[in-house]
Amino acid sequence: MRAEADTAAPRRAPAREEGTTRSLALFLHELRMQQLMFWRNRESAVFVFIFPPMLFLLLGAVYDGTIDGVPAADRLLVGMIGYGCANTAFGGLAITMVIRREGGILKRLRATPLPAATYLAAVLVSTLFVFVLQMLVTVLLGIFLYDARGAESWPAVIPVVLLGGVAFAGLGFGAASLIRSAEGSSAVINLVILPMAFLSGSFGPTRSYPEVLQKIADVLPLTYLIDLLQAAYLHGRGLTHDLTAVGVLLAWGIAGYVVAAKRFGWQPRER
Amino acid sequence: MSSAAAISVRGLRKAYDGREAVRGIDFDVLAGEVFGLLGPNGAGKTTTVEILEGYRERDGGDVRVLGVDPWGSDRRHRERIGVVLQQSELPPSLSVREVHLMFAGYYAEPRDVDEVLELVGLAEKASERVKTLSGGQKRRLDLGIALVGDPELVFLDEPTTGFDPAARRTAWELVRSLRSLGKTILLTTHYLDEAQQLADRVAVIREGSLVRIGTPAELIGAAPQVEIRYRDDGREVVVATAEPTRVLADLTARAVAEGRELEGLEVRRPTLEDVYLELVDGDES
Repeated sequence: MRAEADTAAPRRAPAREEGTTRSLALFLHELRMQQLMFWRNRESAVFVFIFPPMLFLLLGAVYDGTIDGVPAADRLLVGMIGYGCANTAFGGLAITMVIRREGGILKRLRATPLPAATYLAAVLVSTLFVFVLQMLVTVLLGIFLYDARGAESWPAVIPVVLLGGVAFAGLGFGAASLIRSAEGSSAVINLVILPMAFLSGSFGPTRSYPEVLQKIADVLPLTYLIDLLQAAYLHGRGLTHDLTAVGVLLAWGIAGYVVAAKRFGWQPRER
Repeated sequence: MSSAAAISVRGLRKAYDGREAVRGIDFDVLAGEVFGLLGPNGAGKTTTVEILEGYRERDGGDVRVLGVDPWGSDRRHRERIGVVLQQSELPPSLSVREVHLMFAGYYAEPRDVDEVLELVGLAEKASERVKTLSGGQKRRLDLGIALVGDPELVFLDEPTTGFDPAARRTAWELVRSLRSLGKTILLTTHYLDEAQQLADRVAVIREGSLVRIGTPAELIGAAPQVEIRYRDDGREVVVATAEPTRVLADLTARAVAEGRELEGLEVRRPTLEDVYLELVDGDES
């Protein structure tokens, strides 16, 4: 992320009035703009925000009884929160960043005093905000329409949700660094997300899957996010209960941020 | 910096994959002047401007922009410059006013947004979405967000591309008013009349080297020939001469004596365009 630029020239000490207050003001300003852009853009509002709860409504109408020993609605709700995380923090973020890069918006922003880190932090927090809101909508739909239960323990769920959001956003930044064209970005992303969600059990039970598919699922980050969500949402168990899952999720997230740090560019690739 | 140079370029070099795009150019842009950078596509114009804007790292030479090395420049430096890129989209679903507010928020001491909208002639479009704007209106939006931070130095990379003639005149007025506010402007353009109208000084770049620098009058003055054109029996006749008065007197005297009209008679000084074309493709025509 242009680290070479930051070290190439000696930095001047910022003026007093440009200290933390100014940085915070810039961050909040950019966060507001990110939110405005997200909700104004019909494609992102529909495909990123509405799609997972909508899929939950459809699947919830199909499944009955129990899945893996828990009521189907509860299990689906948890799976859909996981799918929403991948769809919003990974898919939506990656596609948005590629479109902005290829359109030259990112390049234009680099000529303003807005620091790169502030911009990226605002993108991340804005994405987390959308995801959390989406989760709440899905939960309410589940409770009112399918008689699903609320979280066993929100204090257990929230850290899982934040870890998942930050890890998948890392994968989103990483993917955005690797995707070259805006036109192909949503096809590539869906080619990753849909099979991953299917294998990880977002859409229903995976027990009857062939062993090969289960083996693949064993390395996917979404499998572990859904495990953690299930433990927290249904049984009130926190992050420390399954450190292996936390480790796998973190490893994927860090890998994404590392790829982004090495490969992310602000300028269009295609021109 | 106490020096009057807003931009100083010395021995600037840049190569891509071994191909030299800029081969050691020198020029200064003085504070408060409008400086035009001209050259055909691939001459190294955009590479030069992007190095000055801080987008590209140079391979050699020295570059100062407002006294600072633009590569790796900090937030405080970017408070002082405004940029109009050749191509850049802006958030399509935001309104013109919202985009201005977005960029105003990036600067410590922005200009009043409504004032800027008025200045670039977008006040009536303030609540329109970006995606509904015409090409010329989008360019004015680019210009508006370049000015909203109240910069000392403005980079304009082909700012009037896609404008209709009336919009170009308006944009020219705008550049002149920026100049009268004391802003320094580095302008690249492929419209030569634009450079002639606006630039205090012009540099012509060809194949990565600077071939000529001076005021438009100096560049034109270096080519003393005047062209006299007329039609003779439908055939176009062009006489290039350093003594237009004598040639014209001879021509008209002969025509009057023969009772003939010199059809389409025209006397013209070379424009910057003629000089420019001669400079950039000297071997042709």
